[in-house]
Amino acid sequence: MIISNIGFSSLFLGLISSLVVFSCSVANVKKNSLSLSKIIYQFLTTQFFFVIIGFFILLYSFIISDFSNETVYNNSHSTKPIFYKITGLWGNHEGSLLLWLLVLTSFVLFFFIDSKNEPKKFRLYTIIFHQIIVIGFFIFILKTSNPFDTLYPIPQEGLGLNPILQDPALAIHPPILYVGYVGTSIIFASALGAMVTGYVNKFWAKNLKKWILISWTFLTGGILLGSIWAYYELGWGGFWFWDPVENISLMPWLSLTALLHCVSTLEKRDLLKNWSIILSIVTFMLSVTGTFLVRSGILNSVHTFANDPTRGIYILIFLFVLIFISFVIFFIFESKNLENKKEIFFLSKETSVLINNWFMMYFLSVVLIGTVYPIFLDVITSEKISVGPPFYNKLLIPFLIPFFLFMSVGPSMSWIKTNFRFKIAFIYYFLTTFTATILTIYYLSEKDLLLIILIFSLVFLFIKTVTNFFEKNTNYAQNLSHLGFAMLMLSILFNSISSTEIIKNIKVGESFNSKNERITFKKIITEEEKNYSSIIGFFEIKNDENKTIKLNPEIRIYNQPVIATSEAAIKTTFFKDRFITINLIKDEQLFNVRYQNKPFMIWIWISTMVIIFGGTIAIFSKKKNYI
Amino acid sequence: MEELLQFSAKKKITFSFLIFAFLIFCFLILNKALNEDKIYSPKLEKNKNSYLPDFNLPQLFSPDQVLLSEIVKQKDFSLVNIWASWCIPCREENDLLKSLSNINSLQNIGINYKDKKKNSIKFLQDYGNPFNHNLVDYNGTESINLGAYGVPETFLINKNRKILLKIIGPINNNHIKQITKIING
Amino acid sequence: MAKKKILILILLLINIFGNCYSENKPYSKLENDISKNLRCLICQGQSIYDSNSEFALSMRVYIRDQIDSGYSESQIYNMLVKKYGQWIVYDPGYSKKTFLLWFIPLLFFLLGGAIIYLRIYKSRKL
Repeated sequence: MIISNIGFSSLFLGLISSLVVFSCSVANVKKNSLSLSKIIYQFLTTQFFFVIIGFFILLYSFIISDFSNETVYNNSHSTKPIFYKITGLWGNHEGSLLLWLLVLTSFVLFFFIDSKNEPKKFRLYTIIFHQIIVIGFFIFILKTSNPFDTLYPIPQEGLGLNPILQDPALAIHPPILYVGYVGTSIIFASALGAMVTGYVNKFWAKNLKKWILISWTFLTGGILLGSIWAYYELGWGGFWFWDPVENISLMPWLSLTALLHCVSTLEKRDLLKNWSIILSIVTFMLSVTGTFLVRSGILNSVHTFANDPTRGIYILIFLFVLIFISFVIFFIFESKNLENKKEIFFLSKETSVLINNWFMMYFLSVVLIGTVYPIFLDVITSEKISVGPPFYNKLLIPFLIPFFLFMSVGPSMSWIKTNFRFKIAFIYYFLTTFTATILTIYYLSEKDLLLIILIFSLVFLFIKTVTNFFEKNTNYAQNLSHLGFAMLMLSILFNSISSTEIIKNIKVGESFNSKNERITFKKIITEEEKNYSSIIGFFEIKNDENKTIKLNPEIRIYNQPVIATSEAAIKTTFFKDRFITINLIKDEQLFNVRYQNKPFMIWIWISTMVIIFGGTIAIFSKKKNYI
Repeated sequence: MEELLQFSAKKKITFSFLIFAFLIFCFLILNKALNEDKIYSPKLEKNKNSYLPDFNLPQLFSPDQVLLSEIVKQKDFSLVNIWASWCIPCREENDLLKSLSNINSLQNIGINYKDKKKNSIKFLQDYGNPFNHNLVDYNGTESINLGAYGVPETFLINKNRKILLKIIGPINNNHIKQITKIING
Repeated sequence: MAKKKILILILLLINIFGNCYSENKPYSKLENDISKNLRCLICQGQSIYDSNSEFALSMRVYIRDQIDSGYSESQIYNMLVKKYGQWIVYDPGYSKKTFLLWFIPLLFFLLGGAIIYLRIYKSRKL
């Protein structure tokens, strides 16, 4: 009880510090002193410190299961393992906002320390704009989603954490994703700061790139963890369903990727100034829009948080205030950063960056329109439509073909102008791609012309990227991420073409065939765990060569709250995953058994990690040309 | 692209005005979307599609199959109620259904949804049988055919199987008033 | 030379991977494909295929029945749209209502291409 009050006061003091930082920075702009006032640094630190205190108090309440705290009561239970007690902190709206605030305040502090060599005014304005966001979130958390609300009388037991959230991948998914999401706030503030002070140039670009890389790498990691969770926990063997909430994490990723490429052009050639600014603003707006759509409960999704319209209206107003501010600033100060009217040659890295941005913006518009169009249509005509995988497949897949081809040649272009000379190597590339495609088509027995062309362009991208490692001036970090992307696309493509499955209702002791394998349902046993009881099925899979694989899928019935989940049993090998789930059929002795063969599954995770690895190298690389 | 973004002063004002108007439009739409009901139920279109399809179903208490259009003819109005013994709200609406069986021009038709015969008969013994006809939908496909979501769900139809009212979820006193109002004209 | 070796290596790799697959010719069951494209109306954002609710289970039986009675994929979608509304199918389809949904992204694509072309073309004349 007392401890919750301390937590609340600590957040309140945090708000005060951030107001102090804001007003001091505004006052400091007018002064002509060369250095920043010490007060700003001190209060940035105290602001961070108070959020940390609040965070640890909530963490402590979760660990000791202090049910006088409403957030703990709603989302925890004393029988839960300690790991999920901790991660329960960000498995709910209030706690996750506190985590959000923690990342936000730590980023602005890092920015302050890191930007010592930047112009004073630029630093000041960046901090001012960033503090607007910080203050906005402080008020949001204190007014509408206080994590320290108390309950009296103190309940004996908590309501428990939704069991589908009790998963290791999902447990660390929010912190990683938030670093990516919230990192874009620094990019946004820095863009506005640079705009106002006329600092949109190569020095700014160099500084910004670090922040973009950090956000981008973490965002990629967050999306990866989310997909892994969906694959292991949701129990149907998919990892991406074009669910609105998944789209929301993808949108900032797309615009960040565009920005990452665009900003390198700014760094090298002092071109694309306005466009870099717009992308920086758009990226953060997409993050806040995402927060709005997820937290307000407007969307119909597997991942919906608690619905509360007052929260929705607050973020909505906040979002539009931010858009309005950036819009006004853009139009007032746009003339301060005049564009260089340099020539851009067709065969140049500049052009390939532009083409990258062109496709990224197209993909972004598909995902954005697909996500918000149903909302708009519902309000205007009160017609409900669903926009799902068929829509995205139709609008994305054909455009991937030119995208892959451009992506394979883009990195080989030089800045300013590329002197194209015919090399004998081109013939080798073409022949290898051609043979490889034919082989692939033969093995997959694919007859769809569009897919064949897609495979061709993708194989070309893959081959070109691999051989790039042996070129002279290759940037390894960038090439690694590109290679990861090519591998990711290949594995997703092959996975989706050649996954097979069989669904059967059988009794214990029965068996069925799936092509050259025989699946036998040996027995079931029941077990009691601390926070759930489970029914475990024992399956044996025998193939032609009489090798036996044992799989034990589970049905878990959690006690707090009472929800049944189905835990897939997955046997991962280098080439494919065998995926089996069981479900109870009501009032029957039968079990619903789903057996799936999912080739290349592990390669989807590996290649995403390769992408992340590339990003990580770039962050720590001393070399200046990350791209 | 930045050249197109560098405007003359006049263009700038028109352009910002347009963007501003668009932003306000988006804000209003999203604000309205916030306050809307998120639970989906299809609207009953007044003129078309509002007839229950005819179907053949086995009965709970006799081995013969019956045709819906045959039973419907017996009274002016029929209340088709989809229920199951494992459905808890169905127990609560049972009393309300019984109260409706007093109306002369109305008959209750129960469709037992994905249930075991033993359990459903026990349910009717324990809580009372409000239905004039008891039909069985063993695997739930006929309910899909009717356009139903699950249990409980209720349709009020006339002799021609025209849907007058569709209730998703348990019926309450308000619905009873609506039903009696429709029946009495 | 290293590059040539890599190219050959890639071809070899495809052969190895391919050999593991040639026996597993892909097959897809129409029933699963259809159920993946249908929304489970009583669940939060899951397809009929993903869900284990009573509604989804019955729907799968219903789909199987319809396939067995000889209806085509699109006929089944149409039947269900008539009963449950457009909300049930994940494919929004082409209609007056969804015209903008398809058109706006394509417009973006054309516009983006035009802007880039103009930028490069203009800069050459300078």
